[in-house]
Amino acid sequence: MRTIFKNVKGYWAATIATPIFMLLEVCTDMIIPLLMASIVDQGVNKGDMHHIYVYGAFMLIAAAFGLFNGIMGGKYGAVASAGLAKNLRSAEFQKIQTYSFANIDKFSPSSLITRLTTDVTNVQNAWQQVLRMGMRAPASIILAMVLSYRVSPKLANIYLYAIIFLVAVMAVLMPVTAKLFDKVFKKYDALNESVEENVSAIRVVKAYVREDYEKKKFTRANQDIYRSFLKVEKLLVMMMPLMTAVVYACILLLSWNGAHLIVGGSLTTGELLQLLAYCMNILMSLMMFAMVIMMIFMSSASIKRIGEVIGEEPTITDPADPVMEVPDGRVDFDHVNFSYNNTGSGESVLNDIDLHVKSGETIGIIGGTGSAKTSLVSLIPRLYDVSAGTVKVGGIDTRKYSVEKLRDAVSVVLQNNVLFSGTIYDNLRWGDKNATDEECRRAAHLACADEFIDRFPDGYNTRISQGGTNVSGGQRQRLCIARALLKKPKVLILDDSTSAVDTNTDAKIRKAFREEIPGTTKFIIAQRVSSVMDADRIIVMDDGKISGIGTHEELLESNAIYRDVYESQTGAGNGDFDEKGDE
Amino acid sequence: MPGPRPNRSVKLDREQKAKARQSLKRLFKDIFTRYPVQIIAVVILIFVSVLCNVQGTMFMQVLIDDYITPMIKDVAAGRTADFSPLLGAIIRVMSFYIVGIIATYVYNLIMIYVAQGMMKSIRDRMFVHMEDLPIRYFDSHAHGDIMSLYTNDIDTLRQMISQSMPQIISASITVVSVLVSMFILSVPLTIVTLLMVGVMLFATTKLAGLSGKYFVEQQNAIADVNGNVEEMMQGQKVVKVFNHEEEAIANFEKLNDRLCESSAKANTYANVLGPVNAQLGNVSYVMVTVIGGVMALAGVTGLTLGKLASFMSFNKSFSMPINQVSQQLNFIIMAMAGAGRIYALLDEEPETDDGYVTLVNANAAVDGTVTEADHKTGVWAWKHFHKADGTTTYRKLTGDMVMDDVNFGYVPEKEVLHHVSLYANAGQKIAFVGATGAGKTTITNLLNRFYDVEDGKIRYDGININKIKKADLRRSLGIVLQDTHLFTGTIAENIRYGRLDASDEDVKAAAKLANADGFIRRLPQGYDTVIKGDGANLSMGQRQLLAIARVAIADPPVLILDEATSSIDTRTEKIVQDGMDKLMRGRTTFIIAHRLSTIRNSDCIMVLDQGRIIERGSHEDLMQQGGKYYQLYTGKIVNA
Repeated sequence: MRTIFKNVKGYWAATIATPIFMLLEVCTDMIIPLLMASIVDQGVNKGDMHHIYVYGAFMLIAAAFGLFNGIMGGKYGAVASAGLAKNLRSAEFQKIQTYSFANIDKFSPSSLITRLTTDVTNVQNAWQQVLRMGMRAPASIILAMVLSYRVSPKLANIYLYAIIFLVAVMAVLMPVTAKLFDKVFKKYDALNESVEENVSAIRVVKAYVREDYEKKKFTRANQDIYRSFLKVEKLLVMMMPLMTAVVYACILLLSWNGAHLIVGGSLTTGELLQLLAYCMNILMSLMMFAMVIMMIFMSSASIKRIGEVIGEEPTITDPADPVMEVPDGRVDFDHVNFSYNNTGSGESVLNDIDLHVKSGETIGIIGGTGSAKTSLVSLIPRLYDVSAGTVKVGGIDTRKYSVEKLRDAVSVVLQNNVLFSGTIYDNLRWGDKNATDEECRRAAHLACADEFIDRFPDGYNTRISQGGTNVSGGQRQRLCIARALLKKPKVLILDDSTSAVDTNTDAKIRKAFREEIPGTTKFIIAQRVSSVMDADRIIVMDDGKISGIGTHEELLESNAIYRDVYESQTGAGNGDFDEKGDE
Repeated sequence: MPGPRPNRSVKLDREQKAKARQSLKRLFKDIFTRYPVQIIAVVILIFVSVLCNVQGTMFMQVLIDDYITPMIKDVAAGRTADFSPLLGAIIRVMSFYIVGIIATYVYNLIMIYVAQGMMKSIRDRMFVHMEDLPIRYFDSHAHGDIMSLYTNDIDTLRQMISQSMPQIISASITVVSVLVSMFILSVPLTIVTLLMVGVMLFATTKLAGLSGKYFVEQQNAIADVNGNVEEMMQGQKVVKVFNHEEEAIANFEKLNDRLCESSAKANTYANVLGPVNAQLGNVSYVMVTVIGGVMALAGVTGLTLGKLASFMSFNKSFSMPINQVSQQLNFIIMAMAGAGRIYALLDEEPETDDGYVTLVNANAAVDGTVTEADHKTGVWAWKHFHKADGTTTYRKLTGDMVMDDVNFGYVPEKEVLHHVSLYANAGQKIAFVGATGAGKTTITNLLNRFYDVEDGKIRYDGININKIKKADLRRSLGIVLQDTHLFTGTIAENIRYGRLDASDEDVKAAAKLANADGFIRRLPQGYDTVIKGDGANLSMGQRQLLAIARVAIADPPVLILDEATSSIDTRTEKIVQDGMDKLMRGRTTFIIAHRLSTIRNSDCIMVLDQGRIIERGSHEDLMQQGGKYYQLYTGKIVNA
């Protein structure tokens, strides 16, 4: 609820105006039967044409007034809820931009997308209903009741009983159906998941000739859902006849008792008509109110999910007095331990890493999946914070820098890299938004991306589609490297960034690095030994520890894992792999 | 449960409209053929319920004119009022009401069975049909689009069948019967009411048109925001490492503002529709009252006060169904589009199978004769019925594979395989290497007839594979793909997918063969560990091992390994490779790999380039030739 109130800002006027206009509209709805009764009793029954004209005019004015209020209520309701949705999306998006990697890991991208889109729409719809009907419906009930009591307390009591009866029925029925619906929809989701599984794994299904098996499985699950839906709908279908029955009962009781009162002289026929008009009004409002409650109930999960995004505290922020300048590309790990607190069990991923890299050095990193290569380099631009020890860049603890300045100096080409929709120029300028065309071309040249860009009909103005799906994997990787180079970093990190690039080009890129940016410290993570072979030093990672460090020749000599990997890739062995070394 | 709001206005061009209308007709036909009795019963019951309702409304006239007014006169004349006729009338009306309520309840109940039954049958039909579609369908349709048939489109149908249909039937019956009743009560007042209805319809169409226009705008704005959000959330880490937060926010805010604006406008018009109609209804009510009042006083056309009261109720119940129908229109348009897409799936040509050669258990005698067996023997044979002379011959399944001058293209304009010829003797290991797009996977697609060759022949144990029943052909081929797909269920169930009647021991044996047993037993629930979301809780290597165990349990004579180890790192690959080596023993194997070390010991290596085999031979032969393979190999690394 706090989430909502905080995000009404800028739309308070519309938010407050909506229920007010709705209340005024309710008043009109109440006045009209009153006027009508007067027309019948004072006008028609007494033959007073003048009265009919005057009150007819009153009614038209009332209708116009009601129309005005209805329109305004509708308008402001739409504006207020659209505004709330805008503010919620905005608040979420801005908050996400402050997230650290640890925060991002906590939510998956698809969950963030849902929270920014579907959830917000749910809240918007619910909020509009709350503003428009949340006040209107109860007010309508109360007003109609008061007016009915004014006409005839005896007859109004019938309504009171009807309301109590219906509220009791709803109170029993609604939670039950809500729970059942929840269950059915979960089953429904599971069914759709299995369809999705079948669609993406269709080759497996067909290769194993399991079509009939899958069909049977599906039909069975479908039958189950059919039954569950029937069960809950059967409950729900009782609502409408029940409601009609109550309305009819009211009409009959009203007619019988009303007739007595009229004959007795304490009620007029016009008043009886007025009461009958209120009858529908009250019961419709009651249904409306039940619906609003249902909507609040349904959107509460969405509100909670949005609140989680907004309430998440970024785990990495600038220090009080940040260092704004990274002096050079030195990198030091002093007895670093690290664990992903948010994602895993808090198990240590890196253990006692002690590593000192001089400015301008090229470091190759190699190791199996899960050996924490990526975790190691993530600490340098402070994508995560260490659990123990310190990571220093340029001789200063990374936690003392302004995060922005640090990341400007330390450029990472991530493993799962993404291009954005826009031209190639647009994408390259992520590295430096003021880069000239010339600078962009140079960076592309260094990353060996120019050779294919030049072949595109639109060259650097070629549009990249969302996610970069219109370029091949190797082309994407090269564009990502060029983008990172434009930052003119002091430290450059390539996390398995040339895996889809052919060996020749890979070698050319490394040569360009060596010759064109010799002063930049380079970390190169790779699966291929050839990508790291010519590095100044190679680190062999194994299970969160440095298993060996040295040049290619030294490691071949001393490190069993390295030798193993090298041989399996180059075929120096005879295909029967040696047993894993003791480290 | 509130239904979904009609917040999606669908604009269709004329051709689509005609098609959509066709689909709607087809849907109605389907419903009617499936539930003829129910639909007729529903129509009758709705009729009864509306009639009872009208009777009830008429009662207001009777109450005032026939009972209250005479009683007042009685009292005025000094007589005691007699309430017993009124009691009788009330009981009569009550019985009408009861019948009406029962009818309402029953038709609603029937509609639930019809709607849910239809949903179920459509889902079943869709899925069953989809399973029979050729791979081509799945390759040429985005998976998201296929999924939205099962979610969005089917939901639009549910809305229409269970809500719109009965409402429209009931509304039209109500309109007709109320209209008739109104004409009976008073012709001039009816004309007044109809005039007002005309105004209401005019206002409704105008407003619906405006709101529809803005809903389209809103849809576009939503699509833009969603697209941006999707892109940014997936690239959030890149945004962070490039300090691109400010720009991302500025970009998003622009789209967000536009959405807010169009959403406010669209909803405004939709919200205004209700009050406008309600107040126009009130105006109509006032006009009827004033005109009716004047007429009643003047005593023209025999209009009484009671009749006026009844007429006023009719006036209200006349505008209500019109309001309802206008609200259902959007749902119907959406359902039309949904039905169109669903029928498009159901109309897709299923995979055809003209094969008649089947796979049977067999006994092979020492002299080479093969006879059919009725139990599992471990020996398989092709049962070949010859139409020409009516004889049946058996040929032992050995795994001998020949491709003879095969040409193929996924689309007619672009041939991707040119004149590919190759042979694999039973038990041989044949490898394919080459760059992405060289046609390696295409060859395997042809072997198990995911696609059919255009030109040339593929022979399996000397039999043209077009003559073999697809199911039997595929059963005899085991395939492990680069992307392992696992299914929701336990690990044991996933392995058993290869052979449904496998015992627990078989499952364990297969897992052991694939080197998967070790990690499975280390899992907390062992073989009963439930796999979710395509095996997201397992590592890439573990999933691959399960895929191998799944093939192992199927025990096929021919194996196809398509980049089965390329997405795992070299050290994990060793374990997987080991499992695969065990599996390959004694089977004809087609292997695609980008790491040459895994294929070096193949009997024959085919080097593919742009759909042609450019080199072939054993590792040693190819090294000696000094061609492309030599280049790749001595470059020590192969193009991915």
